[in-house]
Amino acid sequence: MSDNETGNGSSAHPSRRAFLRGAAAAGAGALTATGANAATPDPLITEVQPWAQAFGEGVDETPYGMPIKFEDDVVRRNVEWLTADTVSSINFTPIHALDGTITPQGCAFERHHSGAIELRKEDYRLMINGLVDTPLVFTYADLERFPRENHVYFCECAANTGMEWAGAQLNGAQFTHGMIHNMEYTGVPLRTLLEEAGLDTAGDLKDKWVFVEGADASSNGRSIPMEKALDDVLVAFKANGEALRKEHGYPVRLVVPGWEGNMWVKWIRRIEVTDQAIESREETSKYTDVLDNGIARKWTWAMDAKSVVTSPSPQAPITHGKGPLVVTGLAWSGRGAITRVDVSKDGGMTWETARLAKPGEKMALTRFYLDTDWDGSEMMLQSRAMDDTGYVQPTKAQLREVRGLNSIYHNNCIQTWLVRSNGEAENVEVS
Amino acid sequence: SPAMAEKFGLGRAALPAEIAAWDGDVSPDGTGLPVGSGDAIDGEEIFADQCAACHGDFAEGIDNWPKLAGGAGTLDHEDPLKTVGSYWPYLSTTYDYIKRSMPYGNAGTLSDDEVYAIVAYILYSNDLIDDDFVLSNETFFDVEMPNAGGFILDDRAETEYAQWTGAPCMENCKDSAVKVTMRAMVLDVTPQEEGEAPKAEPA
Repeated sequence: MSDNETGNGSSAHPSRRAFLRGAAAAGAGALTATGANAATPDPLITEVQPWAQAFGEGVDETPYGMPIKFEDDVVRRNVEWLTADTVSSINFTPIHALDGTITPQGCAFERHHSGAIELRKEDYRLMINGLVDTPLVFTYADLERFPRENHVYFCECAANTGMEWAGAQLNGAQFTHGMIHNMEYTGVPLRTLLEEAGLDTAGDLKDKWVFVEGADASSNGRSIPMEKALDDVLVAFKANGEALRKEHGYPVRLVVPGWEGNMWVKWIRRIEVTDQAIESREETSKYTDVLDNGIARKWTWAMDAKSVVTSPSPQAPITHGKGPLVVTGLAWSGRGAITRVDVSKDGGMTWETARLAKPGEKMALTRFYLDTDWDGSEMMLQSRAMDDTGYVQPTKAQLREVRGLNSIYHNNCIQTWLVRSNGEAENVEVS
Repeated sequence: SPAMAEKFGLGRAALPAEIAAWDGDVSPDGTGLPVGSGDAIDGEEIFADQCAACHGDFAEGIDNWPKLAGGAGTLDHEDPLKTVGSYWPYLSTTYDYIKRSMPYGNAGTLSDDEVYAIVAYILYSNDLIDDDFVLSNETFFDVEMPNAGGFILDDRAETEYAQWTGAPCMENCKDSAVKVTMRAMVLDVTPQEEGEAPKAEPA
């Protein structure tokens, strides 16, 4: 391909003059006060720009696209000191930079216990055994022949916000609340597969369990009560329209609506019907919540109502000065649908009810907006979610009063961002 | 009841050898325990060879790697140490997890007897058995796990939901002026990147 300015016009090689003009215009724009009149014409308007003159990329350039390079800060990040190594670790969704509710798969958080494994559809097998009439083996192709359903659900790690129990620790919504993603799943109800194997052998289903485990070395085995298994659990193979990403369980994962992310077993290879909980490592040593008196709660499956302001936030400061300001964030509940989100600018002294972009959906992320006028004074921004059970998101003090400081998991406290008059924000706790 | 559910005729019957290969879980009541045995003296040697590089010679843990021994009586402390000895309720979990998922990076390579010996060594390191105690599928429940009674079922419905339900306060919700009591900036442990917004000025 020709590489001269009029031939290719690739934005990778803008002329130096155009670049300088662009930089000058950007500088001028930054100094322009809201609603003010321009003193001089904007060269981005008055002068023909390369993209308005020459060609962009052809349709054969990018068979599968990535975000434009200007968005290269919208990425997963990890916190090195959190874990002993990166293979049994966590990273964080850049929720501070996203909007709406659907998480792009490419920046949706990962949590592995023995790394993201590569498992071909041809090599995939799913076994159902235990107290079933006929133990079965399914191939991937078999799964695609069962009737499918589509549902949008959030997957939140039980440890999301866990580093904040003892105080304000990490400076950014991505790090404090980013162990979460929200996707539209396509899959087969677990109930369908259990019925294919037959549950007559199991007898009374009330006291039965399913034990699910993955194909990876960690296996991540978890026990799920039969009632939930037969209710809304999905064996999913598509997310946001396409195959699961490798790091999210390709080709098949479990989707457990409203419940802690650990139970969303990836690379799922076996489902066993049992007459007792297995009490595996991931439901004894881990994912149990120590209270002040040293006694621990177990089987704390549901994720309670929670919310966070994603912008403004430490990674998303206000750069436009006083005037119209969009305060936005996410709310969700594992026990139902979000019905209301309140926002406070003064650390919880007074509250305004925000606008939900769409009515809340059960066990899915809900986007809220507070369209407001910022006078430039310091704010202590908070959000407080309510779900359709009537539950109101608690403060950190309320949670600590019941649980102490050592439960690690299930921190759904109200988050405070201190927004300074210069527009910068930081993670704080308030009285 | 799903007894009358429609069947699609998909999948095939799992063979006994296939089920045996994949179904290795061990329940708290011992269901799934294989026949075998090992003691802490054998276990010490296997542990040194297979486990100590991360977990230490005495299961005390190296660097950030998990500590498998110690922490007795610390669960109600400011900084509880949760180990097999101080926290884990069932011995079955230790057997099950090691057999399936350890050694880290080389999982599923230990024989049943090796796992019994390693579990015995971890118990010995936690002062829960003598060094000549032979752990087997028959003696498995002679071992008392100190924290077996240390767990309650999720009780949020009783302890939290009622008091956090109802019409929330909208005005004059605090007794006194709101003050900042803690700042993440002070800790300064958040990953920083070039070109990120500069840090806020200290208050």
